[in-house]
Amino acid sequence: MYLQSGAEAVVSLKDGYIIKDRIPKRYRVAELDERIRKERTRAEARLMSDARRCGVPTPIIHDIYDFTIEMEYIDGKPVKYVIDETMCKLMGKLIGRLHSGGIIHGDLTTSNMLYSGDRIYLIDFGLAYVDGSVESRGVDIHVLFQTLESTHSDHEELIKAFSRGYRITLDMADEVLDRVKEIEKRGRYA
Amino acid sequence: MTTVLGIEGTAWNLSAAIVDEDDVIAEVTETYRPKTGGIHPREAAQHHALHASNVIERLLKEYRDKGHSPENIDAIAFSQGPGLGACLRTVATSARALALSLDIPLVGVNHCIGHVEIGRWKTPAVNPVVLYVSGGNSQVLAHRAGKYRIFGETLDIGIGNALDKFARGAGLTHPGGPKVEEYARKATNYVKMPYVVKGMDFSFSGLSTAATDALKDNSLEDVCYSFQENAFAMLVEVTERALAHTGKSEVLLAGGVGANMRLREMLDLMCEDRGASFYVPEKRFMGDNGAMIAYTGLLMFNSGTTLPIESSHVDPSFRPDTVDVTWITDEQEVL
Repeated sequence: MYLQSGAEAVVSLKDGYIIKDRIPKRYRVAELDERIRKERTRAEARLMSDARRCGVPTPIIHDIYDFTIEMEYIDGKPVKYVIDETMCKLMGKLIGRLHSGGIIHGDLTTSNMLYSGDRIYLIDFGLAYVDGSVESRGVDIHVLFQTLESTHSDHEELIKAFSRGYRITLDMADEVLDRVKEIEKRGRYA
Repeated sequence: MTTVLGIEGTAWNLSAAIVDEDDVIAEVTETYRPKTGGIHPREAAQHHALHASNVIERLLKEYRDKGHSPENIDAIAFSQGPGLGACLRTVATSARALALSLDIPLVGVNHCIGHVEIGRWKTPAVNPVVLYVSGGNSQVLAHRAGKYRIFGETLDIGIGNALDKFARGAGLTHPGGPKVEEYARKATNYVKMPYVVKGMDFSFSGLSTAATDALKDNSLEDVCYSFQENAFAMLVEVTERALAHTGKSEVLLAGGVGANMRLREMLDLMCEDRGASFYVPEKRFMGDNGAMIAYTGLLMFNSGTTLPIESSHVDPSFRPDTVDVTWITDEQEVL
């Protein structure tokens, strides 16, 4: 089973559902803290549903509370353990669809994708936002390519396969992929 | 023992220091203070040009008076950027002249890395996530694979600049940050304001404008308080994310805005909740100072990095993540 808690949320499994709780931060004034956690919980749930409507598999939301999302548990493996070129092409198609729908994931890594029954599910929309700019799309993909480079020895082939998929579902793909190269040159850790 | 003379002058503060591995031996500072408004780049550069030779003379005198000879100095370090172009060029000219007359190598130091290194020197922090906050810069940095990577940064203006801009609009004199902090302590209400974190980056210009607008319906105290609460929470949140992402367990605060006690309190709470250690250098090493340039220059010089005069041009947008961190070896890196 695969559960990971980050800086802002605690993830657990309860009654067959994944529970994602946004925890309070003592350093923030209470009013601001509640507002941020509420807004982000709502935004995450909405963007996960929007992504599915764009044709990107995401866990189905079961219930949503002020600071908590209850969602479908996907019995799958993180893509980083099972990655190959075929899967990377599929990944490219999915991200192309997501970007076509105006959504930026914000934290694309092979740990945030689950492979289950010939499908790749995209999870953890905690940093996702709505933006259609080339720059935001470029940064989104740059982050993914960096993960591929640091964890997979055959990353060059994987990146090529991803790009082949990405071009199928996003008409301005080449513009974005050129921007990725430019972002790499900036040396910026995004 | 290596001895390096360093000159800082990226913005309002002209400061020169001589350091060795153990401590700061001598330091002389001349601060530019605008008569009205904020920093005027040309006036700041003129200030630096006017005082440069005097500052160096006083520095060398202090060094001699402490029983040292200028012949002991191994290299001249200067802040090569980022900063105001005119100020950088003035300081670089002094550094080149000094290096040529003493016939010793020149070392070009990235100003942001200077803040990081003096903090690592003057606190027990070894491998920290660094929150560097000043007038012009706001970055979350951490060492990884031979470079100081930028994990998050401002998308528009530095936090200090945002505070000063708002303060000027509210009729407070420059620098506005300390005055905003003072008013914030007397607040009674929190006023809702924008909170902008995009991925790992943050933005302050919208917040600054919203705060100015909020003055129409709210007290100055309440607006100062709410501005600080939002701006600092954004910085602390990204710092916490960088901690989680890198697996590091130390936070180092750097830069002039680090003097703010509310920001320190928030970072301390966050670190306490995560079980991380929080370090704040003494105040003289937080704002821009010559010692940080001299000390970083020393680290670079000792690890074989010097700069030929002919390629010693300044870079007003010099990014810290382009510098090879030759003085930290892989074995020292804890990941």
